[in-house]
Amino acid sequence: MADPVLSFTERGIYCPAADIYIDPWRPVPRALITHAHSDHARPGHGSYLATPLTAAMIRHRLGVEVQELAFGTPLQIGGATVSFHPAGHVPGSAQVRVEVGGEVWLVSGDYKLEPDGLSEPFEPVSCHAFITECTFGLPVFRWQPQAEVATEINGWWRANREAGRASLLGAYSLGKAQRLISMLDPEIGPILTHGAVEGSNAVLRAAGAFACETIPVTPDFDRKAHPAPMVVAPPSAFGTSWARKFGPAQTGFASGWMRLRGVRRRRGVQRGFVISDHADWPALLRAIKETGAERVFPTHGYVDIFAQYLRIEGYEATPVPTEFGGDEDNSEQTGDAA
Amino acid sequence: MKDFARLFTKLDQTTRTSKKTAALTEFFRTAPEADRLWAVALFSGRRPKRAVTTTLLREWAAERAGIPLWLFEESYPIVGDLAETIALILPPAASREERDLAHWIGVVKGLAGMEPEARRVAVLEVWDQLDATERFLFNKLITGGFRIGISRKLMTRALAEATGVDEPAMALRLMGNWQPEDTTWDQLTAEEDATEDESRPYPFCLASPLEAEAASLGDPGDWLAEWKWDGIRGQLILRGGTHHLWSRGEELITDRFPEFARTPDFLPPGTVLDGEILAWKDGAPLPFAQLQPRIGRKTVPKKLLTEAPVRMLAYDLLEHEGADIRALPLSDRRARLETLLNGLPEDAAVMPSPLLAETDWPALAARRERAREHRSEGLMLKHRDSAYRDGRKRGDWWKWKLDPLSVDAVMIYAQQGHGRRANLFTDFTFAVKDGNGLVPFTKAYSGLTDAEFDEITRWVKRNTQQRFGPVRQVTPELVFEIAFEGIQESARHKSGIALRFPRMARWRRDKPVDEIDTLEGLKSLLGAYG
Repeated sequence: MADPVLSFTERGIYCPAADIYIDPWRPVPRALITHAHSDHARPGHGSYLATPLTAAMIRHRLGVEVQELAFGTPLQIGGATVSFHPAGHVPGSAQVRVEVGGEVWLVSGDYKLEPDGLSEPFEPVSCHAFITECTFGLPVFRWQPQAEVATEINGWWRANREAGRASLLGAYSLGKAQRLISMLDPEIGPILTHGAVEGSNAVLRAAGAFACETIPVTPDFDRKAHPAPMVVAPPSAFGTSWARKFGPAQTGFASGWMRLRGVRRRRGVQRGFVISDHADWPALLRAIKETGAERVFPTHGYVDIFAQYLRIEGYEATPVPTEFGGDEDNSEQTGDAA
Repeated sequence: MKDFARLFTKLDQTTRTSKKTAALTEFFRTAPEADRLWAVALFSGRRPKRAVTTTLLREWAAERAGIPLWLFEESYPIVGDLAETIALILPPAASREERDLAHWIGVVKGLAGMEPEARRVAVLEVWDQLDATERFLFNKLITGGFRIGISRKLMTRALAEATGVDEPAMALRLMGNWQPEDTTWDQLTAEEDATEDESRPYPFCLASPLEAEAASLGDPGDWLAEWKWDGIRGQLILRGGTHHLWSRGEELITDRFPEFARTPDFLPPGTVLDGEILAWKDGAPLPFAQLQPRIGRKTVPKKLLTEAPVRMLAYDLLEHEGADIRALPLSDRRARLETLLNGLPEDAAVMPSPLLAETDWPALAARRERAREHRSEGLMLKHRDSAYRDGRKRGDWWKWKLDPLSVDAVMIYAQQGHGRRANLFTDFTFAVKDGNGLVPFTKAYSGLTDAEFDEITRWVKRNTQQRFGPVRQVTPELVFEIAFEGIQESARHKSGIALRFPRMARWRRDKPVDEIDTLEGLKSLLGAYG
């Protein structure tokens, strides 16, 4: 029997026909990267191939050279044809389509179906086998439309501002942060950013992928110049002396995990906004259906439960363990991309 | 239910007491009367009778969500709360129905009298009219257990602020047997109440753990010392020719302790005692395990009454000759207590908890060291001038407990927690060595920091050997010091022993598995402390 198009190794997803890995977590000679989040784009590989925006972001974050491949452009690598297709997760994020001898496998990377106004919208791709993330692959996860969450966040900001308090909004610095900023109503007040967020802003602005105005918080920051602002920062910045620069403040956190009361309470945030760059339960099922795939490999998330459900739905589903916390990982510690 | 849902959301979004109090006060000032009453009732543990089993609720929710039941069951431990799992798993509401809290409680109560099928239809209909938060609250009303981080004290303060009644008076009003159906807001909160509830207990006065040196308390002559008993704290109320017994959790437990039915023959009406209920035989307390069968039982079999009869060791007198004497100095209350109780016959089932005679700190410390011989957990130190206050006010009453016993053990099973700890592995089973193997002997859930639970959770995921439903068998590698207050023989456990109040004292990263304690070692403690 011929090699499968893709196989699962301890370094990550491997394509024997092209001798290349997709989002490997250990150093490899050649890597295809779906997007620039740290659990997908690791340092130490021999070469990197990504979409232009992801490439710019990896250069910024890892300081390595990255080759670019535009969305929708097939590239022959060894015996395989690979191409990137928008995943809608963060700007530049891609699904990877790999075709070998007429058989098509698709690696979703991380994805969401709802257009967020910044990321290239998710594109359904037909395939025989689909390796899909399932971070939120449980029926309790269901998202509201983005516009509703925007109303909530702006309402929170306005109320804080009226009370003379800053609004500290925690979000992953690449993707989620820009998405939230784009949802904010700039009429309410100044939007300040942490250095980590501003770094991503700059890369995306340079690429023409982000246009919102923000005020970076610099060491000589003067609180009086920006009373009761919105401050967008990675959650790790909260509780530090940095976060005390802004005077009295309320903290909020934006993540799909905020759907769970237990997580909200454990994180001790004052406000949790349920918004995710990952597909919710109905969206995962829809995406899988639209690929037309018969074989599905859930990864990143509640893989065992999700695979069991897919089998009942008639798919040939096999869970794939990952290095990052294995199953049931919720990336909560880092606030990564959720 | 919008008002109540908004109140809940506000309470849930803050950990600051001042904000919680403000949100409650606002609610008590503005909500409709019936809703106010019900909120007080719910936050003080009164709730409508459960009309639907949780098994049925799960089935209906899965059915309505269009998912198989097993998928619901898998989701539940991850969410960590049944009412919340149902609220989240159902599809969004088809139509919205805005009714007040009292209305929904009426619905919950109405379920009890319905035919099973009508009940199902009614619940599904309600689910389809509420948003996620309201659904969660409605489910909490059905399933009971309305614990949302509102202490009695906090609610009392908010009620005092909203009504202008002072806090101690309000605390007293909230005690006892009232139900929202037969009480009005005015009856509950008005300063004077004509229809005094005869069973009403006083708020319990609580002690704080003594962490400093006992000598820092000053002149030992200012303090009364007694044993700290390991029983059930209760308030025995004698009024109007009958008696009532309340637990510290404010549960009426009169029927579980028929021994006290005789007390009205020996003590005058208008007497309220605070004391410890102990299983007691031949002039000494029996192990706590002998008291356990009384908990959660409505009637007591004869066998239990003869094998493990109880008595109250009273340590305080709160009401004497019908008068509230809580403001008197403890030394006065104690003197009256002894006058009342000394010389009562054995079968009165009440005796004073003896005072310890030692008069200096070293002698008291030596006495405390031998507490376990008396089946006691240590000493209580109460200032002789102290009033009987409501709640925990530091300074007057101290519990001076013995250091716990401890054993080093290895974790062999892990399970995810609930609520705030959902998604974290926090519930562990521990084993000690038994010959060449390991034998599980206890579970423990508490004692570690959030950061440690995070780290262990990641470790558990990487070191799972086998799964049994939600339980993971892990590589026996992580060693913990398990602290506990007592140890008893137990036929129900494979190890043959059961610990009292086990918890993780610390994570022994320095200790390899082959240096953990043995079952034999644990059993040797049985002789000394069992």
